[in-house]
Amino acid sequence: MSDSSFQNLPKGWKSVPSDLGSDQTAFKGVQWGKAMMWIFLLSDTFIFSCFLISYMKGRASTVVDWPNTSEVFSLDFMGVPVPLLLIAIMTFVLITSSGTMALAVKYGYEKNKKMCGWFIFATAIGGLTFVGMQAYEWSKLIHEGVRPWSNPFGAGQFGSYFFMITGFHGTHVSIGVIFLFIFARKVFRGDFDTGRRGFFTTMKSDYVSIEILGLYWHFVDLVWVFIFAFFYLW
Amino acid sequence: MSDEYEHKLEAKSDYATDASSVSSPDLDAVPEAELPDQELYHSHSWWTTYVFSQDAKYIGIQYALTAVGTGLLGLVLSWLMRIQLAFPGLGWLDPAAYYQFVTMHGMIMVVYLLTALFLGGFGNLLIPLMCGARDMAFPYVNMLSYWAFVVAVVVLLASFFVPGGPTGAGWTLYPPQAITAGTPGSDMGIILMLVSLILFVAGFTMGGLNYIITVLQLRARGMTLMRLPLTIWGIFTATVLAMFAFPALLVGCLMMTLDSLLGTSFFMPAMVSLGETLTHEGGSPILFQHLFWFFGHPEVYIVALPAFGIVSDLLSVHSRKTIFGYRMMVWAIVGIGALSFFVWAHHMYVSGMNPWFGFFFATTTLIIAVPTAIKVYNWILTLWRGNIQLSLPMLFSLGFIVTFLNGGLTGLFLGNVTVDVPLSDTYFVVAHFHMVMGIAPILVIFGAIYHWYPLITGRMMNETLGKIHFWFTFIGSYAIYFPMHYQGFVGVPRRYFEIYDSPYIDTSTLLLNKFITIAVLIVGAAQLLFLYNLITSARLGKKSEKNPWKACSLEWQTPQMPPEHGNWGKELPKVYRWPYDFSVPGAKEDYIPQNQPPSEIIGAKVEKT
Repeated sequence: MSDSSFQNLPKGWKSVPSDLGSDQTAFKGVQWGKAMMWIFLLSDTFIFSCFLISYMKGRASTVVDWPNTSEVFSLDFMGVPVPLLLIAIMTFVLITSSGTMALAVKYGYEKNKKMCGWFIFATAIGGLTFVGMQAYEWSKLIHEGVRPWSNPFGAGQFGSYFFMITGFHGTHVSIGVIFLFIFARKVFRGDFDTGRRGFFTTMKSDYVSIEILGLYWHFVDLVWVFIFAFFYLW
Repeated sequence: MSDEYEHKLEAKSDYATDASSVSSPDLDAVPEAELPDQELYHSHSWWTTYVFSQDAKYIGIQYALTAVGTGLLGLVLSWLMRIQLAFPGLGWLDPAAYYQFVTMHGMIMVVYLLTALFLGGFGNLLIPLMCGARDMAFPYVNMLSYWAFVVAVVVLLASFFVPGGPTGAGWTLYPPQAITAGTPGSDMGIILMLVSLILFVAGFTMGGLNYIITVLQLRARGMTLMRLPLTIWGIFTATVLAMFAFPALLVGCLMMTLDSLLGTSFFMPAMVSLGETLTHEGGSPILFQHLFWFFGHPEVYIVALPAFGIVSDLLSVHSRKTIFGYRMMVWAIVGIGALSFFVWAHHMYVSGMNPWFGFFFATTTLIIAVPTAIKVYNWILTLWRGNIQLSLPMLFSLGFIVTFLNGGLTGLFLGNVTVDVPLSDTYFVVAHFHMVMGIAPILVIFGAIYHWYPLITGRMMNETLGKIHFWFTFIGSYAIYFPMHYQGFVGVPRRYFEIYDSPYIDTSTLLLNKFITIAVLIVGAAQLLFLYNLITSARLGKKSEKNPWKACSLEWQTPQMPPEHGNWGKELPKVYRWPYDFSVPGAKEDYIPQNQPPSEIIGAKVEKT
């Protein structure tokens, strides 16, 4: 581009639409899959927002008192009920797995197959641990008589929202774990180095897909922070 | 400020082909390609070519045919409803069937016909072609999107065959009645409806991601966003709306499914039903209404914005004139899209809400009239002193402007709380939304089909049959909906199974009901004529020349027509201008295609775009 054409570019606020609407691509140098994942996550954000806002509305308008969450969610440790113990461990594990995912992305771009693969594997194990502990928490609550339609501690909506929202989030985590295992295998097999073609899509593999998976994983963790705050701290 | 003004003047006078630049060697220069050419999936078998196709054009046609097929069912349901209303003595329907047909008609037409046809059909067909791409960004996901839609339709239709039949809760599916005994289809039918909607949202999300990324990241060299046809702007903005509105529907559907299957009480208050106290307690029915309309209102614009975009292009091409106020049109589309997320509770004025909320939502609703009015003025100014060709697409576009204006004005009535309260739940509402989001977009769809049919089949549709179709449809729909406004004013309530002679309902409306029903049947027959034309023209229609309408946009500039797999042959097109350079002074032809190099049109006074 010549100098004169730079001078003709719009300035100030007008430069925003003109940059965004510039030739060929709106997001320069951003791989399609990555842009797609961002937009999907935005849409998913709306889903979780709808869930959490519904939960707030539902909790605000029940006719029976909401259960005391610090009692319901406490875990017996050496005979003493400790509130938030299990959930603190779960949250710690999930957030840690975000860290290992970030390292996997870094090693992926360095084309360090071995480290990348192991860190993805570690992330998958972290996710699996989280899902496992969630299953434990669910079974504990179910043993105590909490059901989606009623519970012995207070408003029936507690169980409804709890199982629905953590279940929906848990499904996200589980899908992520499945993909993490698949990707760990793909990395170890060298798919991303050789550009092996995808079984379904027939498109060439690229290390950028690890970052895309990472975006999803970080999002799932971020959502958990909100669910944690709204369910366990409120 | 003055600087900016001078800058503007300079830009205005900066013609792409002024004398000095003629000698310049890079007259035809466009920016270098930012990305390598897209790698395409090539099918090898009949199954992957015609059934699980990954070519956006095929997927578009698949989407369109499935949507139209489902829409035909919706049409037949509307005939049956109208016959019941006009001639209750025939006894064709029982009350349950009537409510089931109302519900299925509404849901099919709004979601499975209009949304799927505009975004899935026209979106898939036109986005890659008009952006100058070889295909969508993710062809495989695109194929999955279509098949998810098919499964959604199958699940929806399956509800006709389950015990209790489909749901009769009205297309808004309000709880608690939707899942309470006494409403038709309150156990199986409603579940299938909710599952079908969830599948539809999942499928649409896959398609929508494709549309958004393709528009944003896959444009041809030289194609800036402000050189895109308004069709693409409409479809793109509608897709963005859908990506943010459908989540609310998904969540609402999921919660109601749990209410129905597991006995949770998200939306269910304590109730006595058939003499027994239900186990539900403490839920909030109004929460569902908020979730539903947070989806439902943007949904109106998901249908309307593509129609706005397409009609702008049709008007411009068929009046051989630049679209008036292109930038304003773009901003109006985006503005309407953004505003549509702040008006949802105007559907709930009579649900009970704080008057200040009513005030807020009435205000935002009326603000939407501003960008909408800009669009209508711009369409009319596009026609002003244009070389208007009364071709079929133009006729339908003109029909759209009138119909949309009509439906929009009644929207002003209903947007105001005090006027809405007496009118709500009367036939005035039915007339309003059918005019504005039924007839108006459908007229655009017809115009668009007549316009782009040669691009798909290489043949023209029969003009005479098309004109008969137009006049019957246009005048017929007024014969149907004008009387409904009157019925609404005199207080005929909607959703009544049988309107009989009673002191509360004017006798004149009984006769009008018969009149409306006869008009419905005639208009319906005209649609069969259209279908006949659509099917037979594929084989017998007049062979179309390339670019039969002499349009500037890229979809007509492919090396082959109809375009082959990959759209563009060896080399992708290069874009030099916007798609509205019609009747340019000094140009040989009365149109300059977007990809015609400036060196070939020296002397034409093309404005820089």
